Amino acid sequence: MKLTINNSEITVENGATILDAARILGVYIPTLCHFEMPEVGVVNRTGTCRVCMVDVEGRHNLLPACSTVITDGMVVRTNTPRAVKSRRTMVELFLSNHPKDCLVCERNQNCELQSLACELGIREVKYNGERMKFKKDTSSFSLIRDPEKCVLCRRCETMCNDFQTVGVYSAIHRGFSTTIGPAFDLPIIDTCCTFCGQCVSVCPTGALTQADNTAEVWTALYDKDRFTVVQTAPAVRAALGEELGYKIGDDVTGKMVAALRRMGFDRVFDTNFAADLTVMEEAAEFIERLQNGGKLPILTSCCPAWVKFIEHQFPELLDIPSSCKSPHEMFGAVAKTYLAEKLGIDRQKITVVSVMPCLAKKYEAARPELMYGEDRGYVDCVISTRELARMIRESGIGFQSLPDEAFDGVMGESSGAAVIFGVSGGVIEAVLRTAGFLLTGEPLQDVEFHELRGIRGIREASVNIAGRDIKIAAAHGLHNARRLLEDIRDGKALYHAIEIMACPGGCVGGGGQPYYRNDLSVVRRRGETLYECDRKNPRRCAHENLEVKRLYDEMLEKPGSHKAHELLHTKFTKRTGY
Amino acid sequence: MPLDASAISPELDIFIDSLDSRDGVLMPVLHKAQELYGYLPVTVQNHIAERLKIPAAKVFGVVTFYSFFCTAPKGKFKVSVCMGTACFVRDAQAVLERFKSQLGIGAGEVSGDMMFSLDALRCVGACGLAPVVSVNGKVYGRVAPDDVEGIVEEYLVKGGQNDERHKD
Repeated sequence: MKLTINNSEITVENGATILDAARILGVYIPTLCHFEMPEVGVVNRTGTCRVCMVDVEGRHNLLPACSTVITDGMVVRTNTPRAVKSRRTMVELFLSNHPKDCLVCERNQNCELQSLACELGIREVKYNGERMKFKKDTSSFSLIRDPEKCVLCRRCETMCNDFQTVGVYSAIHRGFSTTIGPAFDLPIIDTCCTFCGQCVSVCPTGALTQADNTAEVWTALYDKDRFTVVQTAPAVRAALGEELGYKIGDDVTGKMVAALRRMGFDRVFDTNFAADLTVMEEAAEFIERLQNGGKLPILTSCCPAWVKFIEHQFPELLDIPSSCKSPHEMFGAVAKTYLAEKLGIDRQKITVVSVMPCLAKKYEAARPELMYGEDRGYVDCVISTRELARMIRESGIGFQSLPDEAFDGVMGESSGAAVIFGVSGGVIEAVLRTAGFLLTGEPLQDVEFHELRGIRGIREASVNIAGRDIKIAAAHGLHNARRLLEDIRDGKALYHAIEIMACPGGCVGGGGQPYYRNDLSVVRRRGETLYECDRKNPRRCAHENLEVKRLYDEMLEKPGSHKAHELLHTKFTKRTGY
Repeated sequence: MPLDASAISPELDIFIDSLDSRDGVLMPVLHKAQELYGYLPVTVQNHIAERLKIPAAKVFGVVTFYSFFCTAPKGKFKVSVCMGTACFVRDAQAVLERFKSQLGIGAGEVSGDMMFSLDALRCVGACGLAPVVSVNGKVYGRVAPDDVEGIVEEYLVKGGQNDERHKD
């Protein structure tokens, strides 16, 4: 197909849109609703916003560039007066129905509608009609829906339906009352939402944002009677820098630790320590199932969004996930027992804060089976990478001029196996390293499993350990999880172990990370950083972690022990909901 | 009259099973369901979602898009006030208002005893008789607000007779 855009000629594949061609040519056409992540097969081409309107010769009306498929010989102009005027008008109309609280909005300076208004030089909102009023949905622990800020782009719906196959969102009601929301106008907490937060990741405005837990953290930090302990998930260190003036993928572990200390945390620990602990428990559970005819495949249970997905969608398969708690919950349990005892502090005085790349962890921390006593969780508070960045800025710490500092001891050491928990395929690779050692009694020759890495939806590997072929799969995106689970249910999948992560690329692409703006190369760079951290670590395997060893010696005895089960394992619940 | 899941009649499933495909059949299935139940409560919408393997939010999206579908039960007597252009200019609004106050319900609602439901709708094709009201299909023409009490009275009398449905 040949076409001309602004006098430049180009030949493109059949089925390409005007926008595709313009991007190849380097011709910029502003968009709002459009987004695509071809690496994972996600495209939102709803054409609802009409911001990308262009002039096509011989056509009376302007056409949306994002959803108009090219015909041979098309002559397109992107910058005719009426195309430019139409774009402005569309954005002005959006603004006329949009709250004007940008200054105090979560997405201030990070909002695609705001950027467009700025870019198009809009200085007044000409249309002052009635503004639609909707109720905010603050029912969940993870995210907030504010339909008044919604521009009906339907990106959230595409992510939820196509990438996650959860289907919480749809366009509901009609005309001015149209909104993107759950069935029966239910509050999100009453739906089958997994709280993965990918809807928040792709939302162009402040219509979907994270639940804000920073105030609780400040309260705990200011309270002199509280002993505050913080842990940071592996994926945080590879993305936090993006919010604080660093390049994509820069590892800012040392400065992050220094900043947390200066914010006032009494101890700064690493969730990686607990990831190593998770490997010990999960590898032991895997071997026990493998050798004693237990249920296989074993599925990882680190991702709380994935756990909630299986609870809703495949309640008949709840005996296949590992019973291990997720690493940050294991950390909380150990902090309020082992650490409390070691430091001689009453656990009621300890506040455990988790810094996570994830919004589902906020909900997970409130799961009743992960509480002790009436309403106290082992983890008291979960904030996202974005929230931590905001707290660092707010506290006036000059992040870039901080020295690099190391995590505190007792629960701060970690192996290379732990840091790759943050990237899809990393958990199962970490478990293999230790399971291989435990099964053969000697270290594996090669600890890197490259077949399990990468951005493909489902990766597979077959590993020969102690004369036995172990079949492994790793998947990201719940649509891939659904495929695997259907095969398992129908007896078609013959795997020994499977890792599943809900978010694209794993936790590095989590719903709590700095916005990756539909650009998966950002997510990939963060993943590469974690693999780099792994390579640089002299200890590559969880069982080499001396602090974890000490924890078993002093309290837990051995992986899978009664005490370990009491503290480090959990159970799953059948759930219904729309 | 809320329906629980067990009250979903086999007729709906028979209809769904009779379709050649499960794709693109949401509209006919919703039409059938409304014909069977008179309205589309949550249980029915959810049942349809499960049978057609689509998210309940999608079903709800379609149900709330088309004004033909209703999610609340209708009364024994369905009062419809035409608000089409001809009726509108002959002050159908005043007639609607009188029905609201007479029945104590708003448009789109049903009375507590399930006797009357009230709807405002577009042109019924009897513009010469504007303003027009219909009750269960029976058309009343040139209705004045003061006629409303009489119309309601007529059905209150009927409602008291051989009423099988509301005995309990």
